[in-house]
Amino acid sequence: MALAPAITDLEKLKEAPALARLLSWNAAAVTSAKFDRDELTLYIDRPYIREACVILRDFEENPFDFLSDVTCVDWYPAEPRFEVVYHLLSIPQKDRVRLKVKLSGDDPSIESVTSVWPAANFFEREVFDLFGVRFQGHPYLRRILMPEDWEGHPLRKDYPVEGYR
Amino acid sequence: MAHLNPTPVLEPGQDRTMILNMGPQHPSTHGVLRLILEIDGENVVRMMPDIGYLHTGIEKTCEAKFYQQVVVLTDRIDYLCPMTNNLCYVLAVEKLLGMEIPPRAQWIRVMLNELTRINSHLVWLGTHALDIGAMSVFLYCFREREDVLRLFEAVSGQRMMTSYFRVGGLSLEPPLGFFDRVKYFTDRFPSRVDEYEELLTSNPIWVERTKGVAYMSPEDAIALGATGPTLRASGVDIDLRRDMPYSSYEKFQFKVPVSQDGDVFARYMCRVQELRESNKIVQQTLAGVPEGPIKADAPKVVLPDREKMKTQMEALIYHFKIITEGFAVPAGEVYQAVESPRGEMGYYVVSDGTAKPYRVHMRGASFANLQSLPKMCEGRLIADVVAAIGSIDIILGEIDR
Repeated sequence: MALAPAITDLEKLKEAPALARLLSWNAAAVTSAKFDRDELTLYIDRPYIREACVILRDFEENPFDFLSDVTCVDWYPAEPRFEVVYHLLSIPQKDRVRLKVKLSGDDPSIESVTSVWPAANFFEREVFDLFGVRFQGHPYLRRILMPEDWEGHPLRKDYPVEGYR
Repeated sequence: MAHLNPTPVLEPGQDRTMILNMGPQHPSTHGVLRLILEIDGENVVRMMPDIGYLHTGIEKTCEAKFYQQVVVLTDRIDYLCPMTNNLCYVLAVEKLLGMEIPPRAQWIRVMLNELTRINSHLVWLGTHALDIGAMSVFLYCFREREDVLRLFEAVSGQRMMTSYFRVGGLSLEPPLGFFDRVKYFTDRFPSRVDEYEELLTSNPIWVERTKGVAYMSPEDAIALGATGPTLRASGVDIDLRRDMPYSSYEKFQFKVPVSQDGDVFARYMCRVQELRESNKIVQQTLAGVPEGPIKADAPKVVLPDREKMKTQMEALIYHFKIITEGFAVPAGEVYQAVESPRGEMGYYVVSDGTAKPYRVHMRGASFANLQSLPKMCEGRLIADVVAAIGSIDIILGEIDR
């Protein structure tokens, strides 16, 4: 089975309910989109992420009511360096969508979505712990997996696999 | 891990209350979970789980390994359902590669996954009952679990860390007589589940300890990210095997147990019924395992047979290249989720086109389920905390990774 090329044209993807809903709410919020390997990815502009999550959660026809996962990818040394990734699931429609926000290396901070889904609490703490991305408005942003007094953020690409010697 | 920090993580809110550390060595915390409880007499006012004691940096290690080598690491995350983790990871990589898997491999994968679910639920049932005080159930459960582990040993050579699935299929053809042994097990298993139920379901002490305890509403369960039996016991009918099928699950008929009660007893009933349904799925797979190859026809990704390697030059070259350099995966990203015994197990794999994954993230079901624990326990007795921990079936290896 050959891989179908990814579709990145916003016009062609307008049929997707999640994208259509976000564009009808605020066209400036979605910077680009990608449909690759049967998965839809929407790139959200940083200031709009929390509101976009609220819009998708309360979307009546196809509510993305479940937050599956929050994680991050470090594209060091490229800039913008971080991509925070949200995986949403629609329990009534059995549909998934991936939201991504790009963050620069010198100011890796983003609004927390814990007020939208309390489930984001642990996930965001984990991203903070391992990548050093700050979530504004998080109720308890502390290290979760590493010891409290640990220095550095291990999953960053400039952090060596075997630790600093 | 707040023990290194001089400031306490949780401070008492009022004069009457005190802070109690439960764990990380407490026997009923199923590993090294630390719960910080603010208690007022016997009542839990607030609760905060503290995790990270088992963190081994598996996600970071994955970035330094070839795609095939990561399969071995996935076993170690959730050590009670290694096959489910193997499956989820290889499905993600196969999706990145755009690969078709032969039906025989898919059916055997389903069969082994359901046996894994039986294995995991048996450990859960035994230890959960032990926590609450029913000692003998543990012995019965481990008797059947031993049978399942022997089946795993027969098929993969390992009892627990199986690493049996490969990107592109299976590592080996199951041994002769394996399906007969599975059949022997599945024929007897329903009567064994009757035995467990006889010990617990109508046992007045068990019912007293579990009914109405640690209630969670469906709205809370969704908002807190609970999945699997924890979510279904609160009345939300979703099972990824049925609703978003993978690995040919759509070809099998099974019921998804759902309960509206949302308490410890409901979670117990959901899982016990799942034991029976999983057994039915195994029986269906046995009835018609397709003939054919167990590996996809992709010489650049799948290791050649030993026979071919010794007679064909090209097979030997591919074998050498796959072992020394790995195989390159086209750039892209996928999120693959499967229904593990604990809920939604998800692998987010990012490839940059090289032979090593750029990023592997594991979405552990226990990690998310643990967040619902304070909701269940706050305002209840300490004794119920033990019942609640058992009922969400957490594995600390999966939480801390």
